[in-house]
Amino acid sequence: MIAIDVKNIVKKFGDFTAVKGISFSVEAGEIFGLLGPNGAGKSTLIRMLTTLLPPTEGTALVNGFDVKQRADDVRRSIGVIPQAMTSDLELSVEENLLIFAKLYGVPRDKRKRLMNELLEAVELTQWRDKPVKMLSGGMRRRVEIARGLVHEPRVFFLDEPTTGLDPVSRTNVWEMLQRIKKERDLTVLITTHYMDEADKLCDRIAIVDHGQLVALDSPLTLKASVPGQNFVEASFSPTPENWEERLKTLPFVAAVTSEGRVFRIATDNGPATTTALMDAAEAAGTTLQSLSVQSTTLDDVFVHYTGHALRDSIQAPSAADSPFMIRRG
Amino acid sequence: MHRAWAIIEREMRRFRRSPMVIVMSMIMPLAQLVVLGYAFGGNVKHLKLAIVDQDHGTPAVRVRELANAVSSGARTVDLIDYADPGIALTDLRNGVVNGVLTIPPDFSRRSLSKNQPRVALISDNTDNFVSASMAATVSSLVGAFNAPITVERVPGAATVDVVEVYPYVPYIQYLLPGSITMSIFMMVMIGGGIIYIDDKARGLHEGYLVTPITKFELITGFNVSGTVKAVIAGMVILLLGSLIAGVPNPFDGMRIIRMFVLITATAFSLISLMFLLMVRINDPLMPRMMFGVLNTVLYFPSGAVYPQQGFPAWMQGIAVVDPFTYSVHAFKSLILKNTGFDAIGWDLLYLMGFGVICMSLATKLFKRTL
Repeated sequence: MIAIDVKNIVKKFGDFTAVKGISFSVEAGEIFGLLGPNGAGKSTLIRMLTTLLPPTEGTALVNGFDVKQRADDVRRSIGVIPQAMTSDLELSVEENLLIFAKLYGVPRDKRKRLMNELLEAVELTQWRDKPVKMLSGGMRRRVEIARGLVHEPRVFFLDEPTTGLDPVSRTNVWEMLQRIKKERDLTVLITTHYMDEADKLCDRIAIVDHGQLVALDSPLTLKASVPGQNFVEASFSPTPENWEERLKTLPFVAAVTSEGRVFRIATDNGPATTTALMDAAEAAGTTLQSLSVQSTTLDDVFVHYTGHALRDSIQAPSAADSPFMIRRG
Repeated sequence: MHRAWAIIEREMRRFRRSPMVIVMSMIMPLAQLVVLGYAFGGNVKHLKLAIVDQDHGTPAVRVRELANAVSSGARTVDLIDYADPGIALTDLRNGVVNGVLTIPPDFSRRSLSKNQPRVALISDNTDNFVSASMAATVSSLVGAFNAPITVERVPGAATVDVVEVYPYVPYIQYLLPGSITMSIFMMVMIGGGIIYIDDKARGLHEGYLVTPITKFELITGFNVSGTVKAVIAGMVILLLGSLIAGVPNPFDGMRIIRMFVLITATAFSLISLMFLLMVRINDPLMPRMMFGVLNTVLYFPSGAVYPQQGFPAWMQGIAVVDPFTYSVHAFKSLILKNTGFDAIGWDLLYLMGFGVICMSLATKLFKRTL
């Protein structure tokens, strides 16, 4: 069963096109990741799917409801954790949940039970009476996760939920999301610019760059689609003439790129290529200064499909940016 | 409408935890009430009047005696004798004295021969208020000089008997209606407008917009919670201000009930106006910038500090639509005259109508998306 179905969706802000005709669908029960740099259009896309922005063109169905025609039905059936921290700092954890339970019209008899369950799930039961302003960043994020689930939605949207958190808190959030998703049979759509997050958390990943979908598959398949299973990174002194061409002739080498003195070699057999590389260096009379062997990562996938590293991108100004907004993507 | 109640509940819980908001909204109106009330409330005293007597005759001496009587009685003026009119004028220009009363050399001769005797008052008219007070004092002095020494048993001249309906109203009491309205306005701006835009800028509204709440429920929620906050501020300043200004029977039950109704109507009209102005604004600096401008444009034309009859036509035009005008008028009726609802019916109707129109327009203009 398809939980989210997006067809040729476009969003324009004046002359600027933030999302350029993206199509994809998300199966029920899936954790689907939108991976891309800041300004790629991920947040605009998630805002269209959560009815916060009207699409300029195209259609999107969430839980079978059109985001334009049946926005209220969409809103009732989804939980959303926006990019900014939107919990009320002055109110307690429980009060934040209570207000949103009321906003979603959760019946009084169900409210208490749901809130208790969710506080337990996000491990905040002992903090339920504390004002949110007293909690750490990771705990505040957990409040938001609980708040987004307080009306038992079927689809859960999270816009960069772990940005700004320390590594331990991020891992906690991932584990929590996976557990909640399993327990509640949720479909999750998450945007992120963290490769490891997308890799560990998502069943499928859509790579978005400059408002376009450049690749979509499971993390394993995406990694397998990049030439070479391993990457050997090495630097030499001095660098012999035509050294890049010479490296391409080594056994199992699929591709070679260089940046200054550092050569990055994609290979189907890391150990064999490394041995051959050392022999070749000795024969050429050059000294190997550094050497590392890595498996293919989503970074490599991203570079392969977009032609640039994720960290090189800068964020385009958003129409909704404001002096106070805690923007994270 | 249960979603509107959720918004109200949230706002009230936050308000309860930020008592500084209510304190902040009352500081300015209270300070203004006390400072302006006492600054403008008293009579002008100890103006420096230079006397240049160039005559020295008996009538001139009488003029000086009358001036001395004013100086030692009402103390409106302090007299300083000058022999040289040139020096007196120089001192007038330099601000040493506020006016120069010159008794010319032929004053006694003309007075005795009943041939238009004149004294001259040269005043510093850069300060109209001082100048007018000085002219009034000297005019009454000359009036006393002209009065016949023997009084007729049955005067032939017509006189006016002024009957005051209400007890004397000190200026601080006259200012109180404006101060209450201003405290409501301050709370509307601080506890309503500024918090609304700050929440919007922090992304809190994004949390609302992803829920199934309607535009009307959202605006109603904000409107009712803003009205409640402003009513609390208005009631507190009403009681505090009444005690400071010395309003008789400030805790009279019926008066407080009438006041509560009026404060609620004022709060509703002002919060609705504020939401209409803020509904499309996203920049947190905007409400802060609008604060001072709105305060001036709404407060001063309302007749809170000066009668509207003295305003130019364009300012009277503002006063006609300004909700402050109706609020201040109604508060004056209730506080200064202790009237009933009959006297403020039109004011209440205007305030409620104005509020409903502004709220409807704000709902229409509210964007349900980012």
